[in-house]
Amino acid sequence: MTDVGVPRWRSISVGEVLPPRVEPPLTITDFVLYQGAANDQNPMHHDTEFAVAAGYKSPFAVGMLAAGILADFAVQQFGAANIRRYKAQFREQAWPKDVITYSGSVVNKRTEGNEDLVDLELLATRQTGGVHVQGWATFVVID
Amino acid sequence: MRYRRERHHRKRKGRSLHGEAELLGMTGEPFEMLVEVGRVRQFARAVKSSNPAYFEGWEPLSSPTFLASSSFWSDPKNSPMLRAGLSLERVLNGAQEFTFHGPPPRAGTRLYVQWRVDKAYVKQGKRGGTMSFMEVVFEFRSASGELLAEQRSTVIETANAVGE
Repeated sequence: MTDVGVPRWRSISVGEVLPPRVEPPLTITDFVLYQGAANDQNPMHHDTEFAVAAGYKSPFAVGMLAAGILADFAVQQFGAANIRRYKAQFREQAWPKDVITYSGSVVNKRTEGNEDLVDLELLATRQTGGVHVQGWATFVVID
Repeated sequence: MRYRRERHHRKRKGRSLHGEAELLGMTGEPFEMLVEVGRVRQFARAVKSSNPAYFEGWEPLSSPTFLASSSFWSDPKNSPMLRAGLSLERVLNGAQEFTFHGPPPRAGTRLYVQWRVDKAYVKQGKRGGTMSFMEVVFEFRSASGELLAEQRSTVIETANAVGE
């Protein structure tokens, strides 16, 4: 597979902002589909009775859903085969009906061994401005 | 893993069943995982991807966070959370980190997986009281033992629910 449209090393500049991506409002169906794909059986993300009994107002988003979308957002720019590291840290919880914006920028360019690498900082932000997931990604880039 | 509805039998509130020292170095049973084309596509759809790299052909690449689904291939009793005796009502996913020593595994790749508890520590939280942290590292190797990918999973157990 060739990563068509993946930028070359020389054309990438530190500080470059990726065009953000906005997804439709979160639904419990999204959580269930993710949990099914990931074998995550935690009822907290789809069982209202369970979530309320545990002290939450309702089921809340499975953080790995937005983390996965955020990684896919970065991959869209730098290529599926080129990712070498991805870290997601979970900040405030997101809830059904939240609208999440995925954004990021290039924060570093470096060479390690014989590989040219770019580091990205990424955010999945709620409509309130609150950060749901913070992400960091590293990609190899063809010269 | 199967989640039980009743509370886990716990002696002390806000503590995991095992002490931090006991958790450190704990390892899971090794297991094998086949990266399957259907699961790769299902996962990519679930994270709203439309990238052809995950959908074209019979050996597509897997998504960056796909290895989070490895528990499909492991005995539920082999789950780190279960083995550590964490209470599911108060467990939060703190962070997940994936490292690839090459492109992410393609469909058709057989992986040899094992986890270990790499770190265990306690912190004082602002809202949730005492927080117990556990960092579990999953190693994904080829049949010849080459390290292909790693997943570092940070699990937090709070003393109380921390919902809004």
